[in-house]
Amino acid sequence: MKNILQYLEKSAALHPEKVLFADADTAVCYESFIRKAMAVGTAIASPRGERNRPIAVMMPRSVENLIAMMGVVYSGNFYVVIDSEMPRARVEKIFQTLCPAAVLLPEAWKEERQQWAPEIPFFTYEACAGTHIDSALLENIRRTMVDTDPLYALFTSGSTGTPKGAVLSHRNVIAYSKWFTEAFGISEKTVFANQTPFYFSMSVSDIYATLRAGATLHIIPKSLFSFPVKLIEFLNARRVNTIYWVPSALCIVANWKVLDYAMPDFLEKVLFAGEVMPVRQLNYWIEKLPDAMFANLFGPTETTDICTYYIVNRKFADTDTLPIGGACDNCNVFIIRQDGKEALPGEEGELYVRGPFVGMGYYNDPEKTAAAFVQNPLQSAYPELIYKTGDLVRENERGELMYISRRDFQIKHMGYRIELSEIEAAAGAIPQITACAAVYDREHERILLVYQGSRLEAGDLYQALAKRLPAYMLPGKCIRVKAMPYNQNGKIDRTWLRDNLSVLGRIPAAVS
Amino acid sequence: MEELLSILKNLKPGVDFTAQTDLIGDHILDSMSVVMLVGELNDTFDIEITPVDVVPENFKTVDTIYAMIQRLSDD
Repeated sequence: MKNILQYLEKSAALHPEKVLFADADTAVCYESFIRKAMAVGTAIASPRGERNRPIAVMMPRSVENLIAMMGVVYSGNFYVVIDSEMPRARVEKIFQTLCPAAVLLPEAWKEERQQWAPEIPFFTYEACAGTHIDSALLENIRRTMVDTDPLYALFTSGSTGTPKGAVLSHRNVIAYSKWFTEAFGISEKTVFANQTPFYFSMSVSDIYATLRAGATLHIIPKSLFSFPVKLIEFLNARRVNTIYWVPSALCIVANWKVLDYAMPDFLEKVLFAGEVMPVRQLNYWIEKLPDAMFANLFGPTETTDICTYYIVNRKFADTDTLPIGGACDNCNVFIIRQDGKEALPGEEGELYVRGPFVGMGYYNDPEKTAAAFVQNPLQSAYPELIYKTGDLVRENERGELMYISRRDFQIKHMGYRIELSEIEAAAGAIPQITACAAVYDREHERILLVYQGSRLEAGDLYQALAKRLPAYMLPGKCIRVKAMPYNQNGKIDRTWLRDNLSVLGRIPAAVS
Repeated sequence: MEELLSILKNLKPGVDFTAQTDLIGDHILDSMSVVMLVGELNDTFDIEITPVDVVPENFKTVDTIYAMIQRLSDD
């Protein structure tokens, strides 16, 4: 296989009538999905034969959004999914870097949003999906495509505030989805329930594991996460057996103790990634679903989605941290110490990734690309680009990798080097705390613990923390919030917390 | 009722809650505000709102929220 569409077409040939994607209102079978995607591909293919151009897809999270994405692939270009609720200023910033060849969006938004970028051609989804398919044109395009052609670019927020667009190829996703389907036994019997947005790398696993295995994927309406019992009812109505969610979404279910009231009757596999999974909430899930598979996945957008994983195979105490396990099949990782040498077992260093999951770089950004995609420091005999994750890890006594923190999250406080994630793990084990984040307040040189949960006397909270942390790691201030802020991917929004330290104490409705 | 309205006003300033007919469908209460609201109601009215109560029907309007509080206070 050299093109991701071949998996789609192979699965469609096996069971054309089977439901491929469904959202709250619509379902589409494999055969009609392909026809619609080919129509979109015909409509946006360049009449001058240009290839590999970025096409921005700005649509509500829906079946049509997925049709539009694959339509772009049929057209010989690559897609860039833009959050449809993203403010105009940020979209403009992305477009400055991306210079999309076209924008694909619903008819209803065209008039207003066309003004955001008047120089770019805007195509409406409705017109594209109604185009007469030109099979000869699409075959011609396919003939000239190679597996190193870009498939998509995903924009992540850079620490400097300028978004950067990681470019991933067909080959990346082919290698990656092979591992994912084999490691977790994804087959035509798999029914996914998708939580993550399509502009977030975790959805890549949902979508391409589905296409590759001939499975079915249901898009969960976001509002169901406000009504947890309804969420479980949705999983049961759609007979969902596999979920791959961010830990914050799993914690909503655990914190409400929803599984005491309603059980997901078909659920067999619970996979998670994107942030650290608090063990106390994981233990709730395991207690309720003792026969299910639970796995912790770890990796950045730049390695397609994941580079290491750990299938939970033993008990963990609430105060423990889950390992991130070992490298995926056909992916190789190693740890480089600060002095540039390879780390010995137990030593801390930065995680480097090698192999076909490693993406192509950042779109239109040679500087950032050169900083993160570098020659393998362990050999200089031939060119070999590897990816520096910026994540600090170490190997434990079992030979499993343990995540320590982002390199830039490690702080120096009173001369001590401190991992904020360690403070979060200690606080997260306190029963009254349902979610928390530790941030460093540089201005006042103190650690702030922001937590959500029932009210705790300051003295009791410090006593509980002091049992688990050395004195120099104790927070200088603890702030209880009514609800943690979450970013557009559903993860705790640490950037917002860091940027809003001064207001945190002053919002009466949100904070007490 | 006054207490409830003042909680809602704090949560989402600028919304005339008594005039709203579908707080969920019109996206006035999103997932974060439902969690915050439940915490606030539990504290203020000394009730325990369980997941079974957290359904769109109970959060549709000010009146349905109020009815839920009264029902849970009687228990």
